[in-house]
Parts: sequence; structure tokens; C-alpha cells
Amino acid sequence: MDWKTFALVGGVLLLLSLASAICHFLKRQPEGGINPGLVRTLTLRIRAWWLMCSILGVAYLPLEMGKFTTVLIFGLVSFWALREFITLTPTRLGDHRSLFWVFFLFTPLQFVLVGMENYGLYSVLIPVYGFLFIPARIALAGDYQRFQERTATIQAGLMVCVYCFSYAPALLTLKLTDQTVSPARLLFFFVVIVEMSDAFAWACGKLFGRRVIAPEISSNRTWEGFIGGAACTTLLGTGLYWATPFNEWQAAGMSLIVSVMGSVGGLTMSAIKRDRGVRDYGTLTEGRVGVLDRIDSLCFAAPVFFHLTKVYFTDNL
Amino acid sequence: MDERLEATRQVSLTGGAGTLRWPRRPRTSRLFDFPAVNDGQPLRWNMTGSLLALVAKLFSGYTVRWIDCQPDTCQRVYFANHTSHLDAIVLWSALPHDVRSLTRPVAAKDYWESSPIRRHMARSLNALLIDRKEIKVHQSPVDLMLRAIGDTQSLIVFPEGGRNTSEELGSFKSGLYYLAKKRPELELVPVHMDNMNRVLPRGEYLPVPLLSCISFGAPIWLERGEPKVEFLKRARESVSRLKEL
Repeated sequence: MDWKTFALVGGVLLLLSLASAICHFLKRQPEGGINPGLVRTLTLRIRAWWLMCSILGVAYLPLEMGKFTTVLIFGLVSFWALREFITLTPTRLGDHRSLFWVFFLFTPLQFVLVGMENYGLYSVLIPVYGFLFIPARIALAGDYQRFQERTATIQAGLMVCVYCFSYAPALLTLKLTDQTVSPARLLFFFVVIVEMSDAFAWACGKLFGRRVIAPEISSNRTWEGFIGGAACTTLLGTGLYWATPFNEWQAAGMSLIVSVMGSVGGLTMSAIKRDRGVRDYGTLTEGRVGVLDRIDSLCFAAPVFFHLTKVYFTDNL
Repeated sequence: MDERLEATRQVSLTGGAGTLRWPRRPRTSRLFDFPAVNDGQPLRWNMTGSLLALVAKLFSGYTVRWIDCQPDTCQRVYFANHTSHLDAIVLWSALPHDVRSLTRPVAAKDYWESSPIRRHMARSLNALLIDRKEIKVHQSPVDLMLRAIGDTQSLIVFPEGGRNTSEELGSFKSGLYYLAKKRPELELVPVHMDNMNRVLPRGEYLPVPLLSCISFGAPIWLERGEPKVEFLKRARESVSRLKEL
């Protein structure tokens, strides 16, 4: 492990420990004047970050083991997110067989292909073959009511929860031009940027938020949070350029794009949640925050980050 | 554990069940948390039961809500809506181990004895198999059930009769009423199982692993002199009400 990885991962762990300690301290203040709901949100968020760190730590296992284990864990997370998505989708009996293949063929196969580094196949498996299969199988079942709506929602779930999300572990398969940067560190950088972008957007929204972007969809996503979050993320990304294959300007651009995609992703998933009349995707499971609520911004940012890196920072196209 | 036993004892003391017998302690393995089948036979590890419970949990991803009701080893009749093959297994496995080993799902004999695998599964679930075809005098299903559970075990019943295909809860058959009439001290616990019809609907054999939710509601009892129709309507409402909570 080189010093850059050590600095990046060590820095993140140090900050997380600090955040955990502060949260613990806040929780023990009987009347600190701080909203207990806020502290609870923070605690949950930090716990999710610890979990993510331990998952990403697996990517550092020696040889090919790191890659395979990470792909497997991301696959399981993706499976669970799809489960939450489809549970809240009003499907009909006629979709049953189609859903079976979505869960037990397309989802595992996507991650198997990512693990096999077969870019040619995993980049088209779902948007071409999956998207053709789903309406065909539903038509075979013979139920035409709300046909296009049902087809489209299942396709959207597969697209966001499986296809887009699978590009995050696919970062491990990139052969970077800059051989000194390990793909595991690139994945770590990407996840840190996405998560911090979420946190910055949230904090800026709380501090300066006045103009709500879409009041019908989410009352706590504001233009101030969006722009402030993107600015802070860009600064952070630029500051971390030494850990990436990018130079200062490239790192800034990448962080900006990731932040914008993340915010847009969060807003999109909020719109879907609002349409279904729930607050979180985990609502069905005792009101806890669902897995999909945690990875929504990651899902939208991953393909863009992957393709930009693949096109400009690897040898083979 | 002891508190629960104490509570059970209180119920059997005040409930007027007749005998004042200490309820059999549910046996569990010390090493693993495998519940042992408590059917009066020599102790054996219920591997199939634990495995079935695990598979049911994995496929239906259920969360359990106890609303105005707590898990207890006292004698109860859990009655639930019926939409899927998995209902009995899922509901049985959603109960805590000590309660589970004292609880018997009621199932159809002709279905569960038709092959050795099904027979073994029924035994592992400690199912109470009822013959739907041959019903004799003094051998009515209700009498058989009450005789089988004695004064320790609980039952899981699906009063809609068959599995229901529509979203709406079907009307209840009268068995629940006669159970309540013959043993008025039994706690009748309404259970609502949400989304199970999407996990494994009628006529399908491949499950889709969606997330489901099992809600246990406040127990009801048969009121003195309550007519059958009124009681069954009340019971049905207690189940459908849980969906909204």
C-alpha cells in the first residue's frame, strides 16, 4: 500500500471517527439545544458511511480477490435496492414471471459480466436485451392493462438499481494509463466524492437554503444547497487530486460532474418516492431509511464517472 | 423466559382452562438456536424447520410488527389473510423461537401427505393436518384442533378457506367462531400479511423476492351472546384494519 492510498483512506477513517465521536457527544447532551431528530439522522448517516468504508476496504484484498469480493458485495446491495424499488412498484400478477428473471437472471448476470471485465456485454445486457425481454415476457403472460406503464417501471428499476449501480464496481476493472493509481483508490475517491457531495448539499441547504428547487417533490432540496454542495465538492475533489489519475483541473471538473449527477439522481428518486406516496424506500420495513435511499446519487453518478475515466484516462477504448 | 412462563401460568389460572398444568418448557438447543419440535416425541433438532424459516425469511424479506400485542407463549389462535403458498411457513417463522415451537399451523391433510417431502415438511412445521374429505360426527375439524392443542399449544388458521386471488380480504368461514365458542379463553390474534400475494401468487411456483410485512394486532375474544355473523365480521375487520396501520 503506497502512501497516497494510506493518506486518503486514513484521512477518511480519521474524519469518520471524529464525526462518530461528535455524534456520540451530542447524543449525550440532555438539552444541548440541538434537534434530536437531526442527531439521529447524522448518526444513521455516519453508520452508513462506516459500512461503506468497510465494503470499500474489501477492494484492497490482494490479487483478484479484492475485485471479485467487491463486485459480489455491490451485487448484493444492488439486489436489495431493486427489491425495495419493485416492492413499491404497483406490479400486476402478469409481471410475476418477468420479475423472476429480472431478479434471478439479469441482476446476477450483470455483476458476473462486470467481474469478468466483459465491457462489450455488460454495457448492453440490460439496456438492450433486458429491455427487450421484459415487455416480451409480460406480453406472453397475456395481461395488457397499463402495459407500457408496467414495462417502463420495471425497466427503470433495473436500469437505476442494477445497470447504473454496477458501474461503480466496474471502476475496479479499468486499466488506467497512470499505472501508479490503483483502481481500488479510484473507487474510493469516487464514493467519497459522491457521499461528501450529498452531505455538503444537505448542509448548505440547511444553512442557506431559501429557494426550493421543486417544492412538490422535496422541500429540503434548494438551489443554494445544490450550488453550494457542488462548489464545496469541487473544492474537495481538487484538494484530493493527488490521489487520482487526474490533474487539478481535471479533478475539479470530475468532482463537479459527479456532484451535479448525484444531486439530480437524488431529486429523481425523490420524485419517484413522492409518486408512490412514501418518504423513504425503506418505509415498508419499519420506516427505516432504505438501501436505495443511500445509493440513489451513487447510481446516477457512477456511469458518467466511469465513462469519462474510461475514455480519457485509460489506454484502450 | 421465566416472566413469560409466569404470564402463561396466570392466563391458565384465570382463564378457566380446567387443569392447572405448568406449560411445557419449549426446548431449544444450547449451541444453536434451533427450536425443537414439541409434539410430545423425543427431543430432536428441527433442522428442516429452521431451514424453512430461513428460506421463508430470505424470499419474503418480511418485517414483523407487533401492534398492541406482544409475543407470548400463552395459548392463542393466530388468524390471517391467505394469499400465498408461503403464508403458513412465513407466519410460523415470524414468531420467536419459544413461541414457534408451541404453535401449529393448520393445513389440509390431502395436500401435505401426498408426498414424502411434504410430509416431512409438515412434521417439521409441526403442522396440524386436517382431513377435508372425511368429516365424521364428533370428529369435526374444530374438535380435532382443540383436542390436538390441549392446553399448551397455539394454532395458525386461515379463516378465508382457500387462498384468495383478489386484493380484497374474503369473508371468513365459521370455524373461527366455533373455536372461540368452545374455548372462549383462547386469545384470537389477528394477523395481516402484506405483499405475500406478490412474492408467490396462486398458481406460480417461482418466488419473486419482494419485501413483505407481517402485522400482529390486538387479540379479540368472542363476546357473550355475540351472533356468529357479527363476530366473523368483527374478526375480518380486525385483520383488514392492520393493513392501514
